[in-house]
Amino acid sequence: LKPLSYVADANRSEPDLTPESKVTSYNNFYEFGTQKDQPAENAKDFNPDPWTLLVSGMVNKPITLGYEDLIKRRDLQERIYRLRCVEAWSMVIPWIGFPLASLLKQADPQGSAKYVAFESLADKSRMPGVGNYFLGGGIDYPYVEGLRMDEAMHPLTILAVGLYGKTLPGQNGAPVRLVVPWKYGFKSIKSIVSIRLTDKQPPTTWNKLAPQEYGFYANVNPAVDHPRWSQARERRILSGGLFNQTYIDTQPFNGYAEQVASLYKGMDLRRNY
Amino acid sequence: MLSAGKKVLLLKYLIHLGCLGSIGWLYQAAWQDTLGPDPVERVIHFCGIASLNMLLLTLCVSPLAKHFKAGWLMQTRRLLGLYAAFFALLHVVNYWVFELALSVDMFVSELIKRPYIWVGMLALSIFSALSVTSINNIRRRMGRNWQRLHNLIYPLLLLVIWHFYWSVKANVSEPIFYGLFALVLMLIRIPNRLNFSLVKRPNK
Repeated sequence: LKPLSYVADANRSEPDLTPESKVTSYNNFYEFGTQKDQPAENAKDFNPDPWTLLVSGMVNKPITLGYEDLIKRRDLQERIYRLRCVEAWSMVIPWIGFPLASLLKQADPQGSAKYVAFESLADKSRMPGVGNYFLGGGIDYPYVEGLRMDEAMHPLTILAVGLYGKTLPGQNGAPVRLVVPWKYGFKSIKSIVSIRLTDKQPPTTWNKLAPQEYGFYANVNPAVDHPRWSQARERRILSGGLFNQTYIDTQPFNGYAEQVASLYKGMDLRRNY
Repeated sequence: MLSAGKKVLLLKYLIHLGCLGSIGWLYQAAWQDTLGPDPVERVIHFCGIASLNMLLLTLCVSPLAKHFKAGWLMQTRRLLGLYAAFFALLHVVNYWVFELALSVDMFVSELIKRPYIWVGMLALSIFSALSVTSINNIRRRMGRNWQRLHNLIYPLLLLVIWHFYWSVKANVSEPIFYGLFALVLMLIRIPNRLNFSLVKRPNK
């Protein structure tokens, strides 16, 4: 992992960060195994260099970015965000990245573009879960995700290339991943190789797997339960042991309602979960 | 060569040591936060899986005793079953204490709303019934009904695996392996049952 140069987050109001050791050893990244401790083990030799990230589709200037283009960007900034997993636990993570909007603007989107479709790397030779039903859970690879254009252009939405001051470890989505802090973690797709602008709502991996449990929007919402568990509260993963846990009430839009609620004005969030 | 009585004693001692030892290790590691990033998830899953493992072990006893002509093994079966029930109880207690932070409201509303929890609670009720009736006095007084009640161990096993299958997010291979093993344990019992019904038993 390489140190990055970036502008530190000016807003250090989040009191407790999740320890780096927990952020990098508790991961849902099925390409490296479905158990949460497997990605750290199976991705430890994952080398993201060289890398190719393609920005294409309904854009006037398609872009191809290499590894250095990503981690040496001049607009890298630290963003301390809460990450709320759909499994009702959460973390607070100091990401380093850049606004997705800046990259999309560079590609000059066409007026007809309504959605952004993302795709992860699916390389059997480097990701043991991709070719192995038992390790990878037998889901369809590549992992795909999507955002509406206004969500993608929102200033809170970033592409992260690092955390805790260094480049991303493999298990956290090296070399580049999405971070959308007001949505459940599974929206924040890892190890991205393709960003494509389109006029149709793109398919998303968890929605394809269990449409009644995971919607396209996946906005954090304490009022809408997952069919198998409540989303009203969450456990914050901090340094505490079993008898020193932090339980908090989940906030609408993960506490970012002030910034993003207007994107969903007039929408029924129970139906569009 | 050890006498049968000594062997039973030794095996029971090992069962206590294994079960209580693992529980001690589990809570100590969870308390010290050396059980991985999320000790809550780990203690809940550990106890759930331990319960299922002990239940399967309990059901292995009679086929093993028969195969190895080691009748004394049967005397360890109750202890194994009781530990299966104990781990199931711990599983639920862990869920309530550490996942729901002792909230009674949440516990009740989750209990009402989640079908996979109904299945789990039904399993826990059977566990309780079998545990209580394992006391010698009660067993004796129940007569033939005791066996009838304790045949519920087979639906119990299915409920536990169903609960497990239903609770996982995507990778169902583990509950399916457990299901196949349970199926084998049930299938090898079919010939016995058939023999039983063919032999006319004298009425007492």
